[in-house]
Amino acid sequence: MSGEVPLWEVFIRPRNGLAHKHVGSLHATDEVMALQAARDVYTRRGEGNSIWVVASSAITASDPDQAGENFEPGEKIYRHPTFYEIPDEVGHM
Amino acid sequence: MALFDALLELADDHLVLGHRVSEWCGYAPMLEEDLAMPNMALDVIGTARSLYDYAGKVEGTGRDEDDLAYLRGEREYRNLLLVERPNEDFAHTMLRQLYFAAFMHPYWTAALTSQDETIQGIAGKAVKEMAYHIRHAGEWVVRLGDGTEESARRMADAVQSLSIYVGELFEEGAAEEVDVLPSRAAVRDEWLATVQRVFDEAGLTFEDSKFPQTGGRSGIHGEGLGHMLAEMQSVHRAHPGATW
Repeated sequence: MSGEVPLWEVFIRPRNGLAHKHVGSLHATDEVMALQAARDVYTRRGEGNSIWVVASSAITASDPDQAGENFEPGEKIYRHPTFYEIPDEVGHM
Repeated sequence: MALFDALLELADDHLVLGHRVSEWCGYAPMLEEDLAMPNMALDVIGTARSLYDYAGKVEGTGRDEDDLAYLRGEREYRNLLLVERPNEDFAHTMLRQLYFAAFMHPYWTAALTSQDETIQGIAGKAVKEMAYHIRHAGEWVVRLGDGTEESARRMADAVQSLSIYVGELFEEGAAEEVDVLPSRAAVRDEWLATVQRVFDEAGLTFEDSKFPQTGGRSGIHGEGLGHMLAEMQSVHRAHPGATW
């Protein structure tokens, strides 16, 4: 049956003020049932106070074959913000 | 003893339904539902435990929750006929759950203002669980009722076959003389409103049965309950007092 049922990605916010974080995925026939299932599968032990579900098909993902050009910046150390003098008055940033 | 009897009726309802729902464990059509069903089963079994525990204390002869659950026979069980109905298919199971939760939610809500603190405590926990069961079972009833040709047929069959067990929900039973528990009859309007709301969306019609079945409150049960209890009680009867 699971073959016909769409996949959903589940995001949980552990508490107010934090961001929703991806926790896993599940199968459900529609968004309402996906929320129900997410409650049962991922929040049984008080893991959070808010759930998002997103159809997995709605997610556009990067191509693993492009990992080189995407994620290996090489020797571009100037991209790290370590070349600035921070005035003492600023304190800790 | 009216309070003891009334607590036992409530406890039996919850335990028998919990055991029935737990029979789906490992058989649900998908992993997500295989977690959701035992969750719901454990909710009502948890309530049953609190009620048996309190009933044992009220009785005052030293019987604990295990004695009450495992050492009474079929004729001593006081549960509704509705909750002992076999699971049949998903349509029957979800409709049975909706009927029960739609009843218990307003019942426990009324019990929140009970003069009895233990009952208040049990109600406080159960009210949230029942709201969830209404939602979960209700969503399934809508999807099956308004789904494929086969699911609609199965849902309509379930409505037909469970309708004769609805009336018994509102029988006062032993609680009639107990003022710390809510009136069952008074819950009827809200029950009907909840079921109607789900049925409207599901394209189903609710009709009161002309020939309602009763008898559960006096220990007259269908043939399925004896089999269920035999299985549920077998470990305790073979190894009395066993723990793990």
